[in-house]
Formats: sequence, structure tokens, C-alpha cells
Amino acid sequence: MLLLECPYCGVKAEETELAPGGEAHLKRFGPGSAPEEFEAYMFARKNPKGVHFERWRHAYGCGKWFLAARDTATLEVFGTYPAQTSEPPADLVEKIRARRPDWKGYK
Amino acid sequence: MSDLSAKPVSALGGASFDGFAKVREIGPLGMITLRAKPGTKGLDQAVKAAVGTGLPAVRRMEWSGPADTGRGCGWMSPDEFLLILPYAEVSTALAALEQALKGEHALAVDVSDARAVFRIEGEKAGQVLAKLCPADIDRLEPGELRRTRVAQVAGAFWAGEGGYTLVSFRSVAGYVMGLLSHSAMAGSELG
Amino acid sequence: MSTRLSKGGRLIDRTAAMEFSFNGKRMRGFRGDTLAAALLANDQMLVGRSFKYHRPRGIVASGAEEPNALVNMGAGGRFEPNQRTTTTELFDGLAATSQNHFPSLDFDVGVVNNYAARFLPAGFYYKTFMHPRPFWKHVFEPIVRQSAGLGKAPKERDEDRYEQAYAFCDLLVVGGGIAGLQAALIAGAAGARVILLEQTPHWGGRAPVDGDVIDGAPAEAWIDATLEALGKMENVTLKARTMAFGSYDHGYVLAEERVADHTPGDGRPKKRLWRIRAAKVLSAQGAIERPLSFAGNDIPGVMLASAVRDYVVNWAVSPGDRTVVVTNNDDAYRTVLALKGAGLEVAAVVDARAQVTGALPAQARAMGIRIETGRGVVKVKGGKRVTGVCIGLQAGEGAVLDEIACDAVAMSGGWSPVVHLWSHCGGKLHWDRRHHMFRPDPARPPITHDGSPMVIPAGAANGALSAAEALSDAAEQGVAAVKALGLKGRTTPLGKADPVEEAAMEPVWIMPQGAGPKLKMKMWLDYQNDVKVSDVQLAAREGYTSVEHTKRYTTLGMATDQGKLSNINGLAVLADALHEDIPAVGTTTFRPPYTPVTIGALAGESRGEIFQPLRRSPMHEWHEAQGAYMEPVGLWRRPYCYPRAGETHEQAVHREILNTRAKVGMLDASTLGKIVVRGPDAGRFLDMLYTNVMSTLPVGKCRYGLMCNEQGFLSDDGVVVRLAEDTWLCHTTSGGADRIHGWMEDWLQCEWWDWQVFTANVTEQYAQIAVAGPDARKVLEKLGGMDVSKEALPFMTFVEGHLGGLPARVHRISFSGELSYEIAVPASHGLALWQALIAAGADYGVMPYGTEAMHIMRAEKGFIMIGDETDGTVIPQDLGLDWAISKKKADFLGKRGQERSFLASPDRWKLVGFETLDGSVIEDGAYVPEEGVNGNGQRNVQGRVTSTYYSPTLKKGIAMGLLKNGPARMDEVVEFTRMSGGTTKARVVNPVFLDPKGEKQDV
Ligand SMILES: [Zn+2]
Repeated sequence: MLLLECPYCGVKAEETELAPGGEAHLKRFGPGSAPEEFEAYMFARKNPKGVHFERWRHAYGCGKWFLAARDTATLEVFGTYPAQTSEPPADLVEKIRARRPDWKGYK
Repeated sequence: MSDLSAKPVSALGGASFDGFAKVREIGPLGMITLRAKPGTKGLDQAVKAAVGTGLPAVRRMEWSGPADTGRGCGWMSPDEFLLILPYAEVSTALAALEQALKGEHALAVDVSDARAVFRIEGEKAGQVLAKLCPADIDRLEPGELRRTRVAQVAGAFWAGEGGYTLVSFRSVAGYVMGLLSHSAMAGSELG
Repeated sequence: MSTRLSKGGRLIDRTAAMEFSFNGKRMRGFRGDTLAAALLANDQMLVGRSFKYHRPRGIVASGAEEPNALVNMGAGGRFEPNQRTTTTELFDGLAATSQNHFPSLDFDVGVVNNYAARFLPAGFYYKTFMHPRPFWKHVFEPIVRQSAGLGKAPKERDEDRYEQAYAFCDLLVVGGGIAGLQAALIAGAAGARVILLEQTPHWGGRAPVDGDVIDGAPAEAWIDATLEALGKMENVTLKARTMAFGSYDHGYVLAEERVADHTPGDGRPKKRLWRIRAAKVLSAQGAIERPLSFAGNDIPGVMLASAVRDYVVNWAVSPGDRTVVVTNNDDAYRTVLALKGAGLEVAAVVDARAQVTGALPAQARAMGIRIETGRGVVKVKGGKRVTGVCIGLQAGEGAVLDEIACDAVAMSGGWSPVVHLWSHCGGKLHWDRRHHMFRPDPARPPITHDGSPMVIPAGAANGALSAAEALSDAAEQGVAAVKALGLKGRTTPLGKADPVEEAAMEPVWIMPQGAGPKLKMKMWLDYQNDVKVSDVQLAAREGYTSVEHTKRYTTLGMATDQGKLSNINGLAVLADALHEDIPAVGTTTFRPPYTPVTIGALAGESRGEIFQPLRRSPMHEWHEAQGAYMEPVGLWRRPYCYPRAGETHEQAVHREILNTRAKVGMLDASTLGKIVVRGPDAGRFLDMLYTNVMSTLPVGKCRYGLMCNEQGFLSDDGVVVRLAEDTWLCHTTSGGADRIHGWMEDWLQCEWWDWQVFTANVTEQYAQIAVAGPDARKVLEKLGGMDVSKEALPFMTFVEGHLGGLPARVHRISFSGELSYEIAVPASHGLALWQALIAAGADYGVMPYGTEAMHIMRAEKGFIMIGDETDGTVIPQDLGLDWAISKKKADFLGKRGQERSFLASPDRWKLVGFETLDGSVIEDGAYVPEEGVNGNGQRNVQGRVTSTYYSPTLKKGIAMGLLKNGPARMDEVVEFTRMSGGTTKARVVNPVFLDPKGEKQDV
């Protein structure tokens, strides 16, 4: 059972205190967008064995959504960060690169 | 028709249970959910005026007075505070908050009736919570407010005044009382 | 004969005699006995029958690895099947019975399976129960049911109570043997928060039995001193009787504490499930001895060599007067010494090794014990008890060279480290070529959240089998753990054991190595599931090369003992049959739990009244006192109807509807979701959330709104109220409050985080009561305090004030189609208001109505219900709700989704009403079939019913449903399926059956 630190309140919350929200950093496509864009937004999801960015809500705690970078195979957590960003923080990206030199980046 | 303004009733009418720790429902307490970002103009003064405490730091409960009748302000999230005060003072406090924060982006709502409040007291009171919550009770600092899961429902608690104060939603008050009583049964001490 | 020795027994208290019974026979034991020890002391070696062949089975082991000696315990509400006698502590009055036999343990008719064994080979179930298919129900299934399962399921409600507890630590040390104690001491001295778990009631593990010497004295002295030192450390918690049965992600370990198993009925919880979160786990769980595969190795009296000396030393129990020890290693000679030390006879040691040179064999030789080297057991003689062994060359094919009479056989095939905590969460193993065993591969540990190793193996669990090696390994791993925790080590006096020189073991997987099929058919690998060497070899011949497949095909290791004794031997046999190296074949996946866990412990407190949270409205007690029939709505319980004496539920529902339509009714609507939305951007936000425009709603007014997900499908609906210039109140469905509040917060936090909007879920702050019916206004007027006239409070508006002295917000909204007021008051006044309304309404004939009346009344009005008319694939346009979708807004959640071309197809199933031609009620879930079949050969369909009721108002069946191109097919007659066969004919009509102009609600 995962343990993720909420970046807002600092609680190391276990999975049962959290609600999962799927892949992070999706770009919303609204009216006027091409079918391919909408399809990508709605349905195309990464399923990597390795580094992955996810949305989690501290549902039983402060109620805030945050983002987490973790390895889906080893469950290593590289970091958690607030959701108000469209891409992962640079220092986290650097940390992941150091831990996973083969990693191709979050996009 | 006669006036109905009878006394407000708590969810369980002050139920209690004696085991290796004592569990009792208290309240109804006055409670206000105040949503505002720290730094909002007038926020500190408004909270001070309402409950007499400063704005709490992250995950802290600022408290003054006895557990059953005191006043406090708890940190619920980066932009949410829980104000606790006597039930009868809530509408006045809401109006004062509204006035003090006029023109600022903030939301204050009465949640006194949406909650049930319990006290868990005794030397081993923490063990009652340790059986129900995935939180490190032994390392909970006095005045630290922890929002977490209490078995299958949400709850928030803090240590102080010789025990713990636990807040849950009103609709599940009976369930929470059942959990606390089960966990406090004599002979089931964790050591 | 197995019997109690007159002297010795380090764990028993001879002054505390205890009475117990086995199959009704009264027996005596001592405090400190396990049930297995006490049974042996009473010469009860035969304790059960095997699963498949019903062969007589005796006690093999002395701990959690025991495969055979499982019994029923207790009676009535304390009955428990499959209790392991080797881990059950004896208590006064214990009553056990053997299981898996018929009619009795001594005489079992199922044993005929034994003689039919050649008809029950590997994969028997798969091969036999395939064809012919019709045989399943009446032939195969009854047979399988009769013979499946060990023990009997309890019939009565469990009288005991259970609970769970959470614990946190820096280092969780699992295993209270000398390695665990040593490591805990190091970590404890370094200031780490340590929890040390031991599965048995005793500390020190095998060391005292094995005669190990630590720091120049018998191991017990060091164990006691270490326990005392640990007991003084405030940062160390010791827990005996606690089995860590599974390790999971990020340092999460589950453990079962046997709190009151041995003191039943003393009021304490029987068991407690610990949910432990540890920064690091140090696994010092020791090792388990392996049996040897020789013919008849399952006959009662054949035991593990280590178990034999456990019984002698710990409990002063002699498993037999004359024992033959069979081994491939030096360790088994400790059993020889223990037996001799207790004054028992060792008939011979049969050692598979050609050369036997170690220090322990030398001691045995010095005692004059017969040692047969290069020999193996060809077969064991005896039925329900060993009577002797036939021995021959280990290198041979089974020619008997000699026969030795004995009543016990102690076997040792080497040791396997216990690796479950290492392996459950992904740690890998490697093959140790010295001890011929799998042990943790330090290069491939399980990983925790920071990418560092989560489990640190130590002692025998890490392959350091001897006491000297175990203690020194534990010291090393303990220091490593402290370092990994980022702590500074402190000098602690460390225990050192005297080394004992042991010669190498020799791997022996079959005895004798050239044994033919007849012998192999009697060589048991898995005692509990009756899997033999011949079964695994057959599986290999039939093409099974994967160990995972072979396991399932043969059921090897799939019993409740999880193959603790059988896995490695079975694996070796498979590897041999495949001409592969053992490590190349690999192990099966280790999965929790390591030992069976009582379901009661997993359920913990979740039983009876607190099985799950039950949400109660502020008026809940009143409803119950009135005898309301309650139905679950999410976790809420809501009155379905309020039956009166002699009324069926249906009659009650009809009465409630007719009364509401004719006079006035009251509904507890407190469960309705209520979310306050406020801020400069709140209007803009709600315009994105709802399909229609909410920003233009005037203060004081109400508007019905729809919410869709991004695919455009309907997800919730409700009335939105504008409380103030910058504040709205959104009502959601009863089950939807938390979900919609979360949905709002998701968009505000993750997409539009620069918008200034705050939300608050105030669902439970208010009790809400709907007063509906032609006389509703009169009831409110009688309560007084507020002008509720049509002029002051028109339809789709609200007002705040006092009603009967209570602070209230009164909405003119209607879900019934009647003149209706929804009154919200603070929850703590809810009951008072409800009772006041009941009293005030008495003169007007007010009656409470339940959810079913509400459902029927809304259906009569053609109002949709989320979850009835919607199922996650329905857009508002399908339901004729185009009027609630803004054409002007550039964007709202779901707009893009709704623009997808297929949603504009004329073939969409759309909402219509249905009226049966004969006035009957269409069945729930009925479909409208169409000509032809689909690709799966199923009948095509063109529509289905979504809501169907008998309308007491209209006195006929009414229904709503989705029909292909429905609105264009008015007056067409379609046919609905019926469960009993045949069809129901119904006419397509407008879904609004009552008051289509909405005049009744707007008065
Ligand atoms: Zn948080």
C-alpha cells in the first residue's frame, strides 16, 4: 500500500487516505478541438513500466489534489508536488534523470 | 403556533462509554468553515475577533479554554480553517466575519450542525484512535490537528486538555460512537 | 508409542496440569504445551486424514510449517476448523476433533481413494471433469462438493471479537530468535523506534533446543539478558504471539496477534490485526527444515528431525522409543544427541552421504550409535504408525539391504530460509550452492518508496544457518539497518556463539536416487494436498515446464500450509525431470498470507452495527419509530415507505401518493447534496460546470441544472439557488454530494486554479423537508413566521427567514409536480421542524411519504432520475433535455464530448413514455427486441425501459424508457420482453403523464 507525502499538509498519507485521479499533466481540449486532440485528452493514456506522473487527492485529509512521480514497477516515489502546474518541476525532473538515466522524459 | 426555537440537539444527545478510556459525545459546538488564503486582508484580525486565537500554522489547532466549551481555530487545508466557538455565538460571528472580510475573496459558512464531536480521555486514550486511524498517534504533538480516516469515514482530531477531541460528520455519529466504544473496551489495551 | 518424559521440558510447567479432549477422549497436558505436544504426550500420533487419499496422517513438524495436524477447535460460536495443533497453545478445557475423515479417524471409507491412487494422478480434476458437459451439474459438482475443502465451515455467528491496530516504526524486526534479538538490540541502542515480533509465545527460537552456546554459556542466558535489555528500552516494543504474514508496498506489513486464542472467553479480542508501517523491515524469520522424499514418508511417526528434538527438549515429549534418523546433513545429528540425552534409543542414522566427517556425527559415533553412510530409506513400514524402515544404497534403485525396527523416523533434507517478507514485495532469491537452498539475493531486494531496499534479511532467514553465523550476520545486518535509517550506531555488547564445525550437506531430492515408479508413488512432496514425486514427474512428461503451471496442475504447494515443506523438494523433482538446474526452473510467486489468517481479524471491528457507516438523517429515529421500511441510498438509509398495520409496502406507497396528490405529504429530503459556491468567478465557474447558464440566475431564484462529464454524458442534476451576488447553492442528488464536491474541487484546483472560487459542502448542515400537495401552503401558514403566498414566494424562488421560530430557508421547488416547499433548517432543529409540521398538518391530513412514492410521483411527471434514466452513456439530448443546454456558451464541461458525430445519429435511443395496452406494468429492465441477431448471436434490441411503475394516480402502468429514434415514433406500439416469456405491448407516448403544462406546481 503506497505512502505518498501530501505537499500541502506534509502528511505522509497511506493509500487509503487518498483518492487516485489517473494520469497527470493532461491538456484539456474543449469545443473546437480536432477529434484526434479530443481523443488524446479523453482516452489516450500512458501505461509505462517505469516513470509515471499521477494525480492523487488527499481525500481524507486536506482535500487537495497533488501530483506524484513514481516508478510503476518498483514503486519508488521520486516526488510529490502541488497540482497547479502544467509540467513537473525542474528539480524533480533532474532527480528522476539521475535515478533513471534511460528515462525519455514526461512527454 | 408556538415558537420552536428549542435548544439545538447534538446527533447522539451526549452519549458516552466507559472502557479503558472514556468516550463521550460533546456539543453541539459552534463551528464555522472559513475558506480564505492566508494573507487575505483582515483575515488574522477577523479570526482573532471570532475565536480569540491567531491563525494556525499548517496542521495546527490553536485552542484556548476547556475542551468542551473553549474556542479554537484549526488548519484544515491551505485555504480552509475551522473556527470553533460556543454554538449560540455562530450567527454573530458569521456576520462579523462577513463584515471584516468584505471585499475580500473568502467564504464563511456555519457547519455547527454538520458535525459530531467526541472526547476520548484517559491515560491510554490514544490507543483508541490507534486502532482506527492510519496515523502515527504516538508521534502526534499536542495541538497538532490530524485529518484522516477513522475506520471507514473521515475524521479530524487533535490532542489536548487531557485527551483527544475528534470531529466527524453528523450523519455517521452513531457509527463513530460505535467504533470508539468497540475500540475502548476494557481488556483490549494495546499494552 | 509417543509419551511424556519424566524429566525436562523447558517450556512446560508441570505444576499446571490442563485437561483437554481430542475426538471426545479426555487427555492431560501442561501449561506451555502446544496442542501437538500434548497430543503426542498422550500417544495420539494419528491426528488426521489427507485431503485426497484420506491416508492416515500424523504430526510432522513443531511449528507453522505443519501440513497435517489440523483440527477443528471449539464448538458453536467458537468453532474453528483447520487449527494448526503445532501453533495452538493448550488451555484447560480445549476440545479438538480431527477432520477430513468419515466416519471416524481410525476407520475412514475415503481411504479407498488411496487404493485408487493411480486413477487420481496429477491434473485429475482437469482431466476428469471436462466431459461430458451435462455431467457437471448432477455428477461432477456433487462429488467435488462432497470432497472439497478441509474442515467444515462454522455454522454459527462468531462469539469472539476482533480488532485492528496501526503501528509505526523505524525498524520492524520479524522473528524473536537469536538473530532478531541481536538486530533489535543494535537498532534499539541506536535509538531507532523498533518493533520486534515473534510468532510463538517464546523468545530465542531454536538456539536453546539446538544446544547453542553464546558468550560461553547456554543460549538461554544470553536470550534472557537480551530480552531484559530490550525491555528497558522505551523505543523498543516486543510483541510475542504475533505473526507477520505479509509485506506490502512501502514498508507496510500485516501481522496477526493471537491475543486471547489461549484464553477463550476472557473478554479480550481473540485476535488483533496489526497494520504496521516500517521504514525498514529486518526479516529474521529463521529457516524451515525440508523433509526427504522416500516411500512412506507420510506414515504417522515420520517427522522432521528438528521437530523431534523440539518435542523432546521443549515439551519433554518422546515421539517414539526407538528412532531412526535419516539425513543428508550434519544438523540432524543434533536430534541424535537430544534423543540420547533424554535416554531414548536411536536405532540408526541413515546418512545419504558416503563420507560423514563432521563434529556432530563424531559425537554420535562416540556414543556408539550405528551410522549407515551412503544409505537411504527405501521405504517406511507401517500403516497408522511407523513400525520400521527398509534401507538400501542411496545410489541404488531400491533393493532392500536391511530392515530396522523403529517407531519413529526423524528426517532432515536440509534447510530453507523463510523468505516470505522478502519475496512478497518483489525481493528476488538466488540459489546457495553450499546449503542447496534459495536465499535472498542482496543485489535484488524489494524496493521501498525512496528506492532503497525495504527488507533486510538476517540470520538463518538470510542463509546464515548456524548459531555462530546467524549472530554475526544479524550483527552485520543490524548495523546496516541502523545506517540505512540514517542513525548513528552505538557500541552494544554483541552476542557471539561458539562455532560448531559442520560438514557439507549433500542434496538429496529422491531417496534412493534411482527409485522406480512404485516407490515414487509413495513419496509424498505435499502432505496436505497429497502430491507425490510421481505427480510432478507426470506433469513434466505431459509438457509442463513452468513451475507456476506445474504448481496449479498438480496442486503442489497450494494447500493452507503454502508448501512450506514441499515447494523446494517439488521444484527439485521438476528440475530433475526437465533436466534443468534448480535456479533455472525458479520458484513460484510468494503471496501473502504466509500462514492462514482468521477472517474475523481481517474484518476487525467491521461487524454488526459498525459493519459499515450508516448515514442517518436528523429525523432517522422518528422514521424508525414510525415503523418506516428503510432502503439504502448510498450509505444513507431512507424511508422507502411508512406501512400502516396490515398494509403491504405497495399499498402504503399508493396511499402516500394519493394523499400527497389530494392533500399534503412530507418527505425527508435531508440527504440531498448541498454545496455552497462563492467568489468573483463563481458564476463563470458554474457556467462551465452546468450545461445551462447559472451566472444569469437572479438572486432569490432557483434553476434546475444538469452536469455532464467531459464525454458529455449526464452525471448529476439538481436545483441551483442564487443566495447572493457572489454566492450560489448547488443541490446535488443524494448519492452525489461528495462526488460532485470533489468534481468541483478537481476543476478548481487542477485546471482553473487562478479562478477565485471557494466551495463548501454543507450537505449535513441542513435537514431538508419537502412539504408537497394542494394543502402544503396551509401547513406552512399554520406554522407561521413567513409569508409563503404565491405572490411573496412564487414557484422557483426561495426566501430565508424564520418558520415556526426556526431559522429556515424555504424553496418553492417541486419534484412531485404538486405545490411544494422544500424547507432547510440546521440539522439539529430538523426533528423539531419535522414534528411541528406533522402536528401542523394533522388537520389537513398530512402523511409522510417515502422514496418510492417520490419516485413514482416524479415518473408520473416525466422527471428523470440520475441512475434510472441515465447509466453513464446517456447525454441530456437523449432525454429531451435540450432546453437545459445552453446554445450560447462557448464552452462547458461535456460540450465538446456532445459534439461527437455519433451522438447526433438518429438511431440514438431517446427518452419516451410507454403505456401498456392492457394497463399492466412493464417489467423492470425489460427490452424492446428488434429483428435479427448481433455478432454474438444475441437478439438485437432497439430500446429498454428505465422507470416503470403502477401509477395509483392514473390507475395504470406507466413507464419511461429509451427507444431508438423514440420521439419520432409516437403512438407506435412496441413489444417489451417478459421474464416468463412472451411480450408486453406498449404504446409510445409523451413521458409526462400528469399535468403536462405544470399548472399544479405553480399555484
Ligand atoms: Zn494534504
